[in-house]
Amino acid sequence: MTTDAFPALSLVPKADALQSAKDFKSDQEVRWCPGCGDYAILSAMQSFLPDLGLKRENIVFVSGIGCSSRFPYYLDTFGLHSIHGRAPAIATGLATSRPDLSVWVITGDGDALSIGGTHLIHAMRRNVNLKILLFNNRIYGLTKGQYSPTSERGKITKSSPQGSLDYAFNPVSLALGAEATFVARTIDSDRKHLTEVLTAAAAHEGTALVEIYQNCNIFNDNAWEPLKDADTRDDLMMRLVHGEPIRFGKEQEKGVVRKSDGHLEVVEVAKVGLDNIIIHDAHAKDPGLAFALSRLSNPRTLANTPIGVFRDITRPSYDRLMRDQITEVTEAQGAGDLQTLLYGNDTWAVS
Amino acid sequence: MSKQVVQLSRVVIRFAGDSGDGMQLTGDRFTSETAGMGNDLSTLPDFPAEIRAPAGTLPGVSAFQLHFADHDIMTPGDSPNVLVAMNPAALKANLGDVPRGADIIVNTDEFTKRNLVKVGYESNPIEDGSLDAFKVHPIALTSMTVEALKEFDISKKDAERAKNMFALGLLCWLYHRPTEGTVDFLAAKFGKNPEIMKANLRAFEAGWSYGETTEEFSIQYEISPAPMKSGTYRNMSGNLALSYGLIAASKLSGLTLFLGSYPITPASDILHELSRHKRFGVMTFQAEDEIAGVGAAIGAAYGGALGVTTTSGPGVALKSEAIGLAVSLELPLLVVDVQRGGPSTGLPTKTEQADLLQAMFGRNGEAPVPIVAPQSPSDCFFAAIEAARIAITYRTPVFLLSDGYLANGSEPWCVPDVSSLALIEPNFATELNHEAADGTMEFWPYLRNPETLARPWAVPGTAGLEHRIGGIEKADGAGTISYDPENHDKMVRLRQAKVDAVARTIPDLVVDDPADDARVLILGWGSTYGPIGAACRLVRAEGKSVAQIHLRHLNPFPANLETILKSYDRVILPEMNLGQLSMLLRAKYLVDIIGYNHVRGMPFKSDELAAVITDVLQSL
Repeated sequence: MTTDAFPALSLVPKADALQSAKDFKSDQEVRWCPGCGDYAILSAMQSFLPDLGLKRENIVFVSGIGCSSRFPYYLDTFGLHSIHGRAPAIATGLATSRPDLSVWVITGDGDALSIGGTHLIHAMRRNVNLKILLFNNRIYGLTKGQYSPTSERGKITKSSPQGSLDYAFNPVSLALGAEATFVARTIDSDRKHLTEVLTAAAAHEGTALVEIYQNCNIFNDNAWEPLKDADTRDDLMMRLVHGEPIRFGKEQEKGVVRKSDGHLEVVEVAKVGLDNIIIHDAHAKDPGLAFALSRLSNPRTLANTPIGVFRDITRPSYDRLMRDQITEVTEAQGAGDLQTLLYGNDTWAVS
Repeated sequence: MSKQVVQLSRVVIRFAGDSGDGMQLTGDRFTSETAGMGNDLSTLPDFPAEIRAPAGTLPGVSAFQLHFADHDIMTPGDSPNVLVAMNPAALKANLGDVPRGADIIVNTDEFTKRNLVKVGYESNPIEDGSLDAFKVHPIALTSMTVEALKEFDISKKDAERAKNMFALGLLCWLYHRPTEGTVDFLAAKFGKNPEIMKANLRAFEAGWSYGETTEEFSIQYEISPAPMKSGTYRNMSGNLALSYGLIAASKLSGLTLFLGSYPITPASDILHELSRHKRFGVMTFQAEDEIAGVGAAIGAAYGGALGVTTTSGPGVALKSEAIGLAVSLELPLLVVDVQRGGPSTGLPTKTEQADLLQAMFGRNGEAPVPIVAPQSPSDCFFAAIEAARIAITYRTPVFLLSDGYLANGSEPWCVPDVSSLALIEPNFATELNHEAADGTMEFWPYLRNPETLARPWAVPGTAGLEHRIGGIEKADGAGTISYDPENHDKMVRLRQAKVDAVARTIPDLVVDDPADDARVLILGWGSTYGPIGAACRLVRAEGKSVAQIHLRHLNPFPANLETILKSYDRVILPEMNLGQLSMLLRAKYLVDIIGYNHVRGMPFKSDELAAVITDVLQSL
């Protein structure tokens, strides 16, 4: 793959030579629990980064707090492991002032959606040039097993012995509501799909929110298992492809149609005919279809779960708009002169 | 008609009215004309937190005090010689500060039964003799303004609104102020609405002419220019000076200025000001909250910018964790706290110095942060540069503690020659700095400069220096995660030693003791410099001796502070808090400090501090 595939990264210096996954492995011992889904994501990332063809020193991973937030330590790029929930805010300052960097935010369901909810939604609405990877395992791992904002209601955990009372967030719905210009979902164990989604995210100008279904084998094992098990996954999960009819099932026998009341519905393709199946349009300016798709899944059974790119639209990124304003003002008024500024318009002389 | 002209050496005027009466603007204009005359001056705006409190009520009173003189002055004045009261509420709210014999100009049109009742006057104070101790000038400001503007095609409301210009014209006549500046100002302000512009100008002229013709005023006053060192001067307020100081620090260091901020009184004006200076490459980011403001500033600093966040006390509380991160990351960061009355929302538009201990200790763990405090409105410029110097040189967050009094107050400022300002060298790391056991070179992000103890600032984009750091404790030197107990103890001490090392680049304090025989020392920090200095003058004018020092650096303290404190029989420390600096000095130097503490939301008056000094002198 050539770097031309990533016009959004045109300001980031290109590597002089071909890179390999090995170039991106740091010397730090990886300390996640054996069997953690994070390993698969890390490995996919290390293999994917050489495809971008960027200078390693111009890539930065910023994270908050939680198991996923250890991610930056294991990549031989610049990395900043910050404080709980604040990674999008910190990354906003970095990405806005340094357009020559490719900035990635690594976060989890607690970090991004609970303590850091504010920063997440505002980064998305501003379209800051960040690629936000939200590892969703529906549990708090680092604090040892409390329910999270994506845990299913009634979940029995250490802090909810009678079952949690909270209604869960759907991160994709949330992102779409927050004006995100790129929203996708993928799964830790599906390396091919994960890499495809990361590639699409990297090519996007502005904020890309990627929800990654990730397994915590210690505190919430098999949370996404129905979507991974070869026997069940095809019946439960629909793969969104821009421009293609939204079909799924072992025999592609199921499809999504729009009902007369405007809602989406999963039906048997044979009954309605292929022509009536909705064609996925990730580039639609209106997020209505993407949002409706995000609501199809059953959070408990995981039936009708879409994965892939829900939305990918073009809108200038925050850092570009800020640079443009500075350039515009400077061209119109000339570069600032400090001495002139200090004098101002109203001086008097004392001799 | 020519009138008697009396020379005065100094005057304090207070304009007071409803918050919709334009008192701040009137005061600003009078200040500009006065600055242009070459008088020394000092101002104190005092306005309510509510944007428009109910009209005519006590909470809605907005005031602007201006002290100007033919000699150098240090405060906006203890009490006004002239009170301009635009309505009964303004009279009632301010009368307590007005000394007997002072002039009071009242707008009689507003002294209606209804307005009097609204503020609890049972009878009209202009008529009932209760103001007999003052020289009252009852003037129908509103109706005369409306009369003067009857030819204009504007609404009655707009005509009435111009009464502040009538008052300004009258005061300009009374004190021989020039008028050209106000004419230019009105042309610029109302340029898009020529009718309103002309009407305001006419009101201003009518006020002036009224002064000249009325028998109400038989005397006109003159205040000669003050002798000042030669140079080019301008009037300067604290928040403006602070904003310019930040731009200057950006220029002097060659770093992009990145401000991450959330609007909060009384710091918002810095955000407003900096957002106007994009031609200096300044980036301003109005964040979603206080935490994001400091977070973005830290992110920008990580990328090699001069990261700044501006706020007031409640915002600092929210930023604490992030400031702790900057302590741990050892990145340059400026935290500007324009202090206001607390706790909680407190008194948003009033001044206080009660965030010192928050700045000093308000973080989890041992998290030392240098603190710098400006001492006057224009000094905010130099204090900002000094804070940036420390932050960049030592790779540390630095607190800049301004306050509401400095932020909104103003004074003449001898504009410095930019070439006289010292450059600040960021010294970015570009090279591998450590030889590994196998002889290869590597990069250690926490290998310290032996003199400053600062770590290398290696920004993304620097080939070969890729590294990972965070808020988890790091191994000394290598910077990798370390939970080792001995290493943690060492790192905690190193971070403290680094902040302590800043003292080596702080100039020694110079004691101000003209008679050189004082046994009593008075010290202060921040905005109390003016009132303390003025109090010392009052005391010395009576032939008594008192020594004064003022702290600009509150962490670490200047190296000679202990010796000075221990050289006097008594040490007095006035603070607009309950004794925060006193506590630090007592703890560190075991010196018995005599605190003088008030938290009234207003600056100290010089005569009250003079009385404090005199009391202590008498106790010797």
